[in-house]
Formats: sequence, structure tokens, C-alpha cells
Amino acid sequence: MSAQLSSSLKGMSIVTLDDLSVPQLNDLILKALYIDGHRKEVAHTCDGRVLATLFYEPSTRTRLSFETAMLRLGGQVIGFAGASQSSAAKGETIADTLKTVSNYVDVVAMRHPKEGAALVASQAVDTPVINAGDGGHMHPTQTLADISTIFNRFGRLDNLTVGLCGDLTFGRTVHSLIETLCRFGNINFVLISPDELRTPQYVLDRINDTPSCSYVEVRDMTEVIGDLDVLYMTRVQQERFFNEDDYLRLRDTYILDMEKLSAGKESLAVLHPLPRVNEIAVDVDDDPRAAYFEQVKNGMLMRMALQCSVIGDELPGYDADKMEEEVNN
Amino acid sequence: MQVTSITHGIIIDHVPAGRALKVLDFLGIDPRKTRLALIMNAESQSFGSKDIIKIEGDVVVDLNILALVAPSATVNIVRDSVIVSKEKPTLPLHVTNVIKCSNPRCVTSTERGIKQQFHLVRGHEDARGMQYRCDYCDEGAKL
Repeated sequence: MSAQLSSSLKGMSIVTLDDLSVPQLNDLILKALYIDGHRKEVAHTCDGRVLATLFYEPSTRTRLSFETAMLRLGGQVIGFAGASQSSAAKGETIADTLKTVSNYVDVVAMRHPKEGAALVASQAVDTPVINAGDGGHMHPTQTLADISTIFNRFGRLDNLTVGLCGDLTFGRTVHSLIETLCRFGNINFVLISPDELRTPQYVLDRINDTPSCSYVEVRDMTEVIGDLDVLYMTRVQQERFFNEDDYLRLRDTYILDMEKLSAGKESLAVLHPLPRVNEIAVDVDDDPRAAYFEQVKNGMLMRMALQCSVIGDELPGYDADKMEEEVNN
Repeated sequence: MQVTSITHGIIIDHVPAGRALKVLDFLGIDPRKTRLALIMNAESQSFGSKDIIKIEGDVVVDLNILALVAPSATVNIVRDSVIVSKEKPTLPLHVTNVIKCSNPRCVTSTERGIKQQFHLVRGHEDARGMQYRCDYCDEGAKL
């Protein structure tokens, strides 16, 4: 793993993880690890800074995670949760809202139901905009939480067999994770889904374009679970379907329970972007292989690392080379 | 079939059969105000059948836009009843305000004052393995 000075992120908007280089991703992971071990030391990193959380659609985890991340860095938070509470209800464009809010704050986290909304926001202003989810399109900070969790479990982001299960058609986190892991290389993807929810061709193309990566598509989770290092479960999302009948038919296709998990390796890490409905049985939570609540913590730590980096505030005492040495040892 | 030749203008040849009207639409050429001849489903040695568009007068054709809708087409420039040059369109890397995103979930469907922008990527929607995707939502263009 080789780190790069985070100052290069200063002023950047993060619409997709393609905006970040692999060394920059590595540096964020190291920073998140440092933050976790030095909570008091970093508690005033963003003193005097303000984050705006502009959430045009419901979210619990992501919004609270962004807000907690800024509060834990010493900054403050403004924002709204729901389009009805914003000027969008009066017909204001995203660009105009951003041009207004950017006068108040140092960084913006925005969630919007329309795909591409974050790009519109980032083009409208110079203030860094972090995409907190734009419809079914991108959710880069979720992927940061995912790769951080995988790294913390395995100490690497390559040479892994990664199973992705459930809704692989509409699951934006799945597409983003595949595309990001392809950049690290040497990943064997096992794509587990019903025929109706298979991985889109453009995502398969991304794997095909990476010579060190490969994939297989299967319908049955039980026949492959024993081969996996990572099992990434997803929820079949009702809000992505126009037709409720299709949603109800596909909702219960895959459910991970202790019986299925018993065939998994001891080192298997089970991830899920949350919220879950019923795709992971509650008793799996107590198994050490369950990593999905760690993901929540790692998501907050990565958002802390990202926010201070795009603002340009250095973490007191953080030395990338020293941290890298510690991790390697 | 015989169509009077033009003396000063352009001939857009090798247009895929049945697509001539769409080509005029994309190029912004109004058939009501332009002196032109359309030959549709003419015989073609290379393609079996093709459309041909002959336009009299000074017409500027945006080759990038022509490439989108009729990549196999050629543009012949005619002066004094003689073809003086031939041009072949090439696919542009970016196109702005030519194609409209058809994804109802795309921000371009609601945000006012936004340009319709597409970029060229390798894909499977096209026989040449190329596809245009919306800059905002990554949806493939439907031409």
C-alpha cells in the first residue's frame, strides 16, 4: 500500500470514486485508521468549519454519519432532511441551492433522488461537494466504508474472492465496489443473483477490462459461499422498482442464515450496506464473520478522513509514511 | 429511378436505409425550406440498400452529428456539377445538446438550464462496440 499526501484532495468534489486515485484511496484508509486510534487528538481538526448536509430524500445512516463525522472533527453542521423542507419545494434548481448554501459553509454533503445530481452540484460551485448518494447512480462514501472494512479485515484490497449477492442490477453500492476493487486488481468476483437482477453489462465490461480480475455469475449462494473471502449482501430496494409485483417477487430470493453461513470460511467477512430487511437473519449478527456494523463505524471514520481532506485541514500528528509502516507491521 | 443531379451543394451518400429523415432532423435541415431530393432504399453494393440525400445550395453539415445517426455516411461536396471532395464523419468523444437522455431518473429530466451532454465509451449497444452515455447518469443513449 502506498500513500500520497492528502493535501492533493483540498478543494476537490467527490462525485464518484473515479475522482480519487488509488494512492488517495489508500491515504484515506490510513487516515481513518489513524483517526480511530487518536480520537482526542483529532477532535479539533475542523474547528470553525461548517458542513451542510443537503438531503433531498430520506436517510438515517448516511446523514447522521456525515454530521457526526464533522462534529467529531470539531466543526458544525447545518442542513435539511427532505426536499419538502428546502427551497426545492418552491422549484429552486440544485445549482441555485448550491450557489446559495456554498456562501455559508466549507463543505457540502448532498443526497438527491435524481441520478447525476451531485455532478450538477459540483459544477455549480467551488466549495467541495461530496456525493452522499444520487438516486441509483453513485454512493462513493458507502464504497469507502466497504473498502475500509475489507482492508481492516484482510490487510489488503487485492487477491480476494468477493461474492456479491442479491440485487446486482439496481444496487449502486455493488457497481461502485466492483469498479473500485478492479482498480486494486487480482479480484475474483462471484456474482450471485436471480436472472432478473443480474449485473449490468457495463459493470461486467469493467471487470473484463481488468486483466487480473475475473467473474462468474451464479444463481445459488450455497454452492459458492465456501469459496468466498467476502460476501457482500444487498437489499432488493423497493424504491428502485416501478412495478411493485416485481419487487415482492424478488424480495425474498436470498436470505443468509446461520445454516448457509456454516459453509463459509472462518475468515469470511459478511458485508451489507444496510439497512437490511430480511436478507440477513438476525442471529448472524453475533457471528464474528458479520462485518456490517463495523462498516457503519468505518463509514463515519472514512467520512471524517474525507471531509478534513477536501477542506484541507491536516490531522494533528498524522504522518502517512509512519502510519503505513505501522499497518504493514 | 432518376433524380436530377445538383450543380452546387452536397450529397450525403451511404445513409442506412430508412434513416434519411432522421438524418435531416439531427442535422437541423428543414425539408420545408431546403431544396433537396431524398432517395430511399436505393440499391447499394456495400450495404444492400441505402438512402441518399442531395441538397442544393450552401449547406454546412456537422460531421460529428452525422456520425451519430449515420456513421457509414459520406458527404460529397459538389461544385459546378462535379464532386470536388469527399468527407467521412468520425464519432466525436463528446456531444452536447444533440441527444436527449431518456432515463426518467436522470437529473437532466428536472434540472432547468442544464445541457444534455454525452461521452463516447466502449459498449455493446452498437455494432462497432461504441456507445454514448449520459455524463450525468451514465445511461446509454437511444438514438
